[in-house]
Amino acid sequence: MCLAVPGKLVSLIEEEGLNFRRGKVDFGGVLKEVCLAYTPEAAVGDYVLVHVGFSLSVVDQAEAQKIFETLREMEQLEELEGP
Amino acid sequence: MKFLDEYRESATATQLARLIRETAHRPWTLMEVCGGQTHTIVKSGLMDLLPSEITLVHGPGCPVCVTPVELIDKSIAIAALPGTIFCSFGDMLRVPGSSKSLLDVKASGADVRIVYSPLDAVKLARAYPSREIVFFAVGFETTAPANAMAVWQAEREGIRNFSVLVAHVLVPPAMEAILASPNCRIHAFLAAGHVCTVMGWEEYEPISQRWHVPIVVTGFEPLDLLEGVQMAVAQLEQGRAEVENQYRRAVRREGNRPAQARIAEVFEVAPRKWRGIGEIPLSGLRLRERYRAFDAEERFPVGVGVVEESSECIAGLVLQGLKKPFECPAFGTRCTPEFPLGAPMVSSEGACAAYYLYGRRPCEGSESELPSAAPSR
Repeated sequence: MCLAVPGKLVSLIEEEGLNFRRGKVDFGGVLKEVCLAYTPEAAVGDYVLVHVGFSLSVVDQAEAQKIFETLREMEQLEELEGP
Repeated sequence: MKFLDEYRESATATQLARLIRETAHRPWTLMEVCGGQTHTIVKSGLMDLLPSEITLVHGPGCPVCVTPVELIDKSIAIAALPGTIFCSFGDMLRVPGSSKSLLDVKASGADVRIVYSPLDAVKLARAYPSREIVFFAVGFETTAPANAMAVWQAEREGIRNFSVLVAHVLVPPAMEAILASPNCRIHAFLAAGHVCTVMGWEEYEPISQRWHVPIVVTGFEPLDLLEGVQMAVAQLEQGRAEVENQYRRAVRREGNRPAQARIAEVFEVAPRKWRGIGEIPLSGLRLRERYRAFDAEERFPVGVGVVEESSECIAGLVLQGLKKPFECPAFGTRCTPEFPLGAPMVSSEGACAAYYLYGRRPCEGSESELPSAAPSR
């Protein structure tokens, strides 16, 4: 139910008389129109987390990498320490 | 897909599981709140990666499951009214009311439609001005901004043939209700990441302090859940009880302020009954006075009786993490996703349905569980 899927914002939809910003979001090749009212900061190229047609959050790409960096460092540390 | 696939990597999962084994020295019981998390945990067999010290129990975080039978009956009665188009997310359609489901009433001719977004229901209202369009507004805080926007937009555009049947529930009061139960055996929570995307985690800090329980805001992929477990166990082992954020790529402390503002404009906090648990004070949302004209319950005063739940079903105990689904004598026999007796068997995100679908049974002669083949029918 609370499923939210990250997708890449590929274009903004500009129309007259719209109540809020919308954009086209690419989910691994599937394009969907998404309401951007709740993430006004989202720019083309950003990944946004989308739930029932609404972008709820812009994915922080640096934070997304941190867990992998931490685990890699741990692995290197262990290799240095030896068995 | 980016930001999904890399969080499902087996090698990294194994590494995280090892880290958990090194961290955990005493037995701890953790509850993941959200049904989406339960689904990932059971589907990917994460419990088998965890050391025997760690027990995961599954919380009440499936809004489909906790929507009271009376409200399902009401949705069915409204859907059956001539001239109505009843719109819902797909997962509500199979949920059994006291005698049938929305899918049954659709089969007998009612105009019931699955929509992807509440805005699609508003679109239908524009397209069919002579029909009554009713949207089943079910969900946690994650879905509230979308449903609030639909009502707000309908009001702004003066759309009169649109209304919502509200079944909104809130996570923190349910967590408090579980903690307040005299039988509570939860040492830490993995909080629902997408709920926190909207609400942030400020409201969890007093809960963590009051009950001295670690709360880790956690994502939905296998690696997210393992890292969430690791962070919670580290807190428990160190005697800390804080709110931490595992789902850093999506959740900020303050949450999504524009979304919160729209929710607060359209909805107000109200008591709500949870299927399998009962009424929890201030645990739901209802439309504010200004938007009451869009309330389907007021527009269509269909009478439904009070409904008795199956006496055999132990849903309340499962939803509070006191029993595992397979400890119910009806599990997989008299109660299946096709013919559910109770809430957690209803949606694939309910704990019972997840256990049923992915064949989770207790291992014979051992306390731990191992996956086995799905029960045959």
